[in-house]
Amino acid sequence: MSTMTLNAGEAVPAQKEATQPVAEQTEVKSRAANPNSQVDGTVGSPFCDDAKLRMRNVNVFYGESQAIHDVSLDIGRNQVVAMIGPSGCGKSTFLRCLNRMNDTIEGCRVEGELSLDGEAIYGPKVDVVPLRARVGMVFQKPNPFPKSIYDNVAYGPKIHGIASRRAELDEIVENSLRRAGLWNEVKDRLDKPGTGLSGGQQQRLCIARAIAVSPEVILMDEPCSALDPIATARIEELIDELRENYTIAIVTHSMQQAARVSQRTAYFHLGKLVEVNDTETVFTNPEHDLTEAYITGRFG
Amino acid sequence: MEMHFDQHISRQFNEDLESLKTEMLEMGGLVTRQVADAVEALANADSELAEKVLQVEEEIDRCEMEVDEHATLIIAKRQPAASDLRMVMSVIRIARDLERVGDEASKIAKMAIALTDEGTAPRGYTEIRHIANAVRKMLNDALDAYTRFDVKSAMETLAKDEQVDMDYRSAIREMVTYMMEDPRSISRVMNVLWTLRSLERIGDHAKNICEQVVYLVKGADIRHGNEKNMR
Repeated sequence: MSTMTLNAGEAVPAQKEATQPVAEQTEVKSRAANPNSQVDGTVGSPFCDDAKLRMRNVNVFYGESQAIHDVSLDIGRNQVVAMIGPSGCGKSTFLRCLNRMNDTIEGCRVEGELSLDGEAIYGPKVDVVPLRARVGMVFQKPNPFPKSIYDNVAYGPKIHGIASRRAELDEIVENSLRRAGLWNEVKDRLDKPGTGLSGGQQQRLCIARAIAVSPEVILMDEPCSALDPIATARIEELIDELRENYTIAIVTHSMQQAARVSQRTAYFHLGKLVEVNDTETVFTNPEHDLTEAYITGRFG
Repeated sequence: MEMHFDQHISRQFNEDLESLKTEMLEMGGLVTRQVADAVEALANADSELAEKVLQVEEEIDRCEMEVDEHATLIIAKRQPAASDLRMVMSVIRIARDLERVGDEASKIAKMAIALTDEGTAPRGYTEIRHIANAVRKMLNDALDAYTRFDVKSAMETLAKDEQVDMDYRSAIREMVTYMMEDPRSISRVMNVLWTLRSLERIGDHAKNICEQVVYLVKGADIRHGNEKNMR
């Protein structure tokens, strides 16, 4: 089970010992290596058959320093992929590549192939505005526009030219708020400012705003870290419902949240993608020691 | 995966897991002693020792409840994952098996009392001795394999259950012959039969413990003949 997950240097002794009667035991030990072991490539199954987003050999630099090292990953259609890892591991940087949010950061350079339904995300002819309509984003802190609840949701469809007539907009606003699980709470005060809502409601408003432009993918960067447990539970429930229609990539510091909402989990460490596996596998029997150490709280 | 349960950021978590494991292994020690005492009581017609086994049984029940409670608290407070989770799950399962081994030991002790009351030593003690030695060793080795996270030894111990089952079946045939030869011995031989049955069950529980060693170390559930799950 393990020799494949080791780097080349460690695989050799394990193979040698495989012929000896004590192979079983040595294999168990050799798998462990140590938590400081090198990451050579990604273990598990980073690829899938029905990929909505396909990333190959992605490297990201901030000026001289490299934030992402040779990451390859598929995000399947109608799938929730959770990205976990300690602070500074590159998971947010990687997420922000998927709709080119890093373009706005000076000195940021993205290399490698990234494609959405086979179309290059960093292609020369790609206009980032429609790209970001297809790949929406929800941020850590709820950031509603200083506008009415209605206008927060209607803004996107208006500027993207999805709808202009009031009746169409009304429908989109209601639908989006309904899907975000917020409609009943705000239907009587759509003209009130979005900033007047509670934190959890604001975050659901941001999700409604993201889905108002009918995206195909929703990126979420720690969407619940500023919310209380009840608001968090609502968002998690919502993520599960949204999966029917959207592909979702979520960065989270809460491992329990990753375990609850995602089908696949990707573990990042120092800019490298260490392991990608079914969420169940990652949380019960991860392949890599670094994953195990992180999810069980063994980091120093 | 090398098993380290002492490297958490939280020292309290290290201690909680360590003491959970220790509690279960102490329970294992107690249960192992019970089996030995019960068989001893039977072989030597020692009803005093048999009574002692019945008393200690209550202590084992208490152990199981304590292990369960502590495991539940760890789950509630720490939400263990990966090897930590498997450790907690395996401890809960093993404690359950150990409690049942304790029950079987009590049954044997009751047989010892019944047989002592009847006075004469029935035939069939050789079979009991033989199978008792085998399952006691299995139980010891299984707990030992758990302590050392030793999958290889667990698999070897697990494989011995087949021999125990075979010995059990041939002992049963033997007992049936005795009963046919001498119908007056039926009630006594029945007691021997129940004892053999209890010993055979203890072998099954030892096997279950071995399976939990594999689950803990490898994350593979090989129960119910699913050894193919071991990658």
